[in-house]
Amino acid sequence: MSDVPAGLETLDFSFSGGKPAGAFVPVLVGVVGSGNLEVLLEPAGGNDCAVRVETSARGFGPIWQAVMNDFHARHPLAGVRVSINDMGATPAVVSLRLDQAVAEITGGRP
Amino acid sequence: MISYAECSARERLALLLDPVSFHEWLPPGERVMSPHLAQLGVPSAFDDGVAVGRAMLGGRSVFVAAQEGAFMGGGVGEVHGAKLVGLLQRALRDRPAAVLLLAESGGVRLHEANAGLIAVSEVMRALLDVRAAGIPVLVLIGGANGCFGGMGIVARCADYIVMSDVGRLAMSGPEVIEASHGVDEFDSRDRALVWRTTGGKHRWLIGDCDALVEDDVAAFRAAAVAAIGQSRPLTLAALEEEHALLTARLHALPASDAGTAGQDEAALLWSALGIADAQQVPELSVEAVRALRTI
Repeated sequence: MSDVPAGLETLDFSFSGGKPAGAFVPVLVGVVGSGNLEVLLEPAGGNDCAVRVETSARGFGPIWQAVMNDFHARHPLAGVRVSINDMGATPAVVSLRLDQAVAEITGGRP
Repeated sequence: MISYAECSARERLALLLDPVSFHEWLPPGERVMSPHLAQLGVPSAFDDGVAVGRAMLGGRSVFVAAQEGAFMGGGVGEVHGAKLVGLLQRALRDRPAAVLLLAESGGVRLHEANAGLIAVSEVMRALLDVRAAGIPVLVLIGGANGCFGGMGIVARCADYIVMSDVGRLAMSGPEVIEASHGVDEFDSRDRALVWRTTGGKHRWLIGDCDALVEDDVAAFRAAAVAAIGQSRPLTLAALEEEHALLTARLHALPASDAGTAGQDEAALLWSALGIADAQQVPELSVEAVRALRTI
């Protein structure tokens, strides 16, 4: 038996020092399917980028931290709430979905 | 040509309806989600696997729901079902030109047990209320997961069904039949058999769907636009006509296996319905099969 208890794991991350995203219509990309995830981006008050992950794959907090650090380095956003429902997506898939979501709110502009 | 089967539910809505006309009710940001899945350690979806709203189709006002087959096989849970019911009940009040169900579902989401079963029965009741009010309900079936279980029944309660050849429609799915009756009765891994007995061509030839189209979003859109006016009154006469059709179909096959043992039952049925060269049906194009229907 693994030491990791069954059930979902919730992870929270927050990043500051980003560029305000301004107003935008919330976007949803991806689907909660095996090896996949959905990413919801919404405008939020404040100057942070807050990330909440609900995942069925427990025990991968440090990897999520690294993936989100990379995301913040690529897209330093502020005033954005990122919500993720994950069903065991790999780090590469997570990064692609995050980039896809940002592309939707910026209309493809980097 | 864009494959309907390969699109997500939201991609179908974006491509099938008039451009940017879809207005969603209870969008993902509202977080109206399953109260059951997290307790089982299963991740939830922000929309519980179905998007509902109003839109324009060919310039007409319609209500529409799209099920996401990649989330829990499109299974109908408590919230998912309640969104479908709410959409149908609102149609009674607002009277759109039609209600479209972009169905892709394995049926009841078993994780939610009785709540899912009750939800599906409520969907059926609401759908029949909408039909009784003279508003046509159109079901589009072309997703990779097909339309099975309770949603298969819901589909057959509707006025009009559009299917692609890759679409599938049935009550019990292949694995369920194999599990309950054995592999000799039905080999769920025999994909050709699965499509001969549940696929769009079969449903078209035996009269269970009303339009057979290619696996193409534009083809589904054209068929849906054409079907908007196709209301079928829910009358005793219409029900009796349906029962007569089903009885004739049931008796079209020989009563015993004598003389037909080992032959493919789908092809036997097609032959019995007067379709020439029935063995060739699986190889034929959608256009060719469309011309073969005798019912």
